[in-house]
Amino acid sequence: MFAACLLPLLLFTLGAFGKGPMDLGADPVASILHGLGKTALNLLLITLAVTPLRKILHRPDLLRIRRMLGLFAFTYVLLHFTAYAWLDQSLDFRNVGSEIVKRPYILVGMTALLLLIPLAVTSTNKMMRRLGRRWQELHRLVYVITALGLWHFYWQVKKDIREPLIYIGIFAVLMGYRLITKSWPAKAQGKTAVPAPSPGN
Amino acid sequence: MKRTTFPILPSEITPEHVYLDRRRLLAMGAAGTALVTGGGLARALADAPTGVALKASRNQALSIADKPNTYEAITTYNNYYEFGTDKSDPAANSGNFKPLPWNVTVDGEAEVKGNFSFEDLIKPHALEERVYRLRCVEGWSMVIPWTGFPLADLIKRFKPTAKAKYVQFTTLRDPKQMPGQRSPVLDWPYVEGLRIDEAMHPLTFMVVGLYGKTLPNQSGAPLRLVTPWKYGFKNIKAIVRISFVEKQPRNSWQIAAPNEYGFYANVNPAVDHPRWSQATERRLGGSLLQQRVATLPFNGYASEVASLYAGMDLRRNF
Repeated sequence: MFAACLLPLLLFTLGAFGKGPMDLGADPVASILHGLGKTALNLLLITLAVTPLRKILHRPDLLRIRRMLGLFAFTYVLLHFTAYAWLDQSLDFRNVGSEIVKRPYILVGMTALLLLIPLAVTSTNKMMRRLGRRWQELHRLVYVITALGLWHFYWQVKKDIREPLIYIGIFAVLMGYRLITKSWPAKAQGKTAVPAPSPGN
Repeated sequence: MKRTTFPILPSEITPEHVYLDRRRLLAMGAAGTALVTGGGLARALADAPTGVALKASRNQALSIADKPNTYEAITTYNNYYEFGTDKSDPAANSGNFKPLPWNVTVDGEAEVKGNFSFEDLIKPHALEERVYRLRCVEGWSMVIPWTGFPLADLIKRFKPTAKAKYVQFTTLRDPKQMPGQRSPVLDWPYVEGLRIDEAMHPLTFMVVGLYGKTLPNQSGAPLRLVTPWKYGFKNIKAIVRISFVEKQPRNSWQIAAPNEYGFYANVNPAVDHPRWSQATERRLGGSLLQQRVATLPFNGYASEVASLYAGMDLRRNF
């Protein structure tokens, strides 16, 4: 699993040097930038799939891989931002700063990155023990983070929104599962999962 | 009358690959002889639809000195939604497209109208090569050696009337050959337009070739427009209709997103796309760490074309 999570990074790195099976095409910067971003979204969705799979397959042990998946998602979000700041913007941080503020889709993506930081920081066993019940509440932020990431994806597409819509559909199914299992088993109706904000406008 | 029949021996039948090679040789021969313009080109094309060498000398005065992108980069990184929305789709999905035989309808406010074969359309024109910058509205750019002739020379033959204020171009609509048209990503067929003075401008180029060879399908074969001071989406491909009209046409991207894409689409670093900056561009073909370069007003052709827009608010007419 660890190796599988590292594979995209390896392929993009090899591709950047014109090696390996990944052809980055005429605009390698765009391929790397978008590829890292999509890998981050893939990992976020896989992370969100752990709980449903655990319950459906009666495999409580799946929980053990969730932390690693989440940390890899964070890693790819950071790499995605690094590719933007370094390869696309040539480390011109004044311009990066002004672009983040001026371009709503970048601001949305940046917000997702910042919100991931406390989750990564509190992912250790020690922090889990220290935060107790509040740990889970804090980590529900991942629903908001994924929604923001998908919004960021949807918003930067020029016209063909089919791919982001597939991502949003998968996210909706994963959130729908949570909503149903939460409200169905005759438990208190009060608590519901964070609903997915509608993408775009 | 007595009919004699000769049985055909299996050994006499030309194997297909030999036959095909022969046709290819014929095509190359046709292309290699003398000046391939008009009729010669069309004849050569009939034998080998793409990749026939064209005889055209470079117009140095209208070419930039920058090194062109590779043929591979230019022909594998295309925005041509008729074949799919991914940059690699046009090269992958245009194999079954038939650029010949080809007909172009000329109609509207002109004295000479009708249906013209590709051959008749290009026959009278001498071809030349021009190295132009191409700036995509997405923020990347290339340098491309096109082969063609001035659109103005073509338009003059149709004698547009005083009512012809604009020229409208239409791309082929044929979902069988153009699989991207099976999805309603854009309102097919693709339509573009120019003001008549833009169309008559010496930089406006009717393109039939790339890198000294006939256009490959993914680059808009057999006939496409190139207006180097405008964003790439103005450069309509696989043209089947040229209409002289009085009213400003609604072009496909303007129909798709009127707040993001206008009719003029002049390259302008001062007017951002609503979602992203147009101040800089990534010149493709450099190293991974190459910096973005400043986008120039009218894509560097301001001294030639800025006067066309004197007094116009380019922020409104984007």
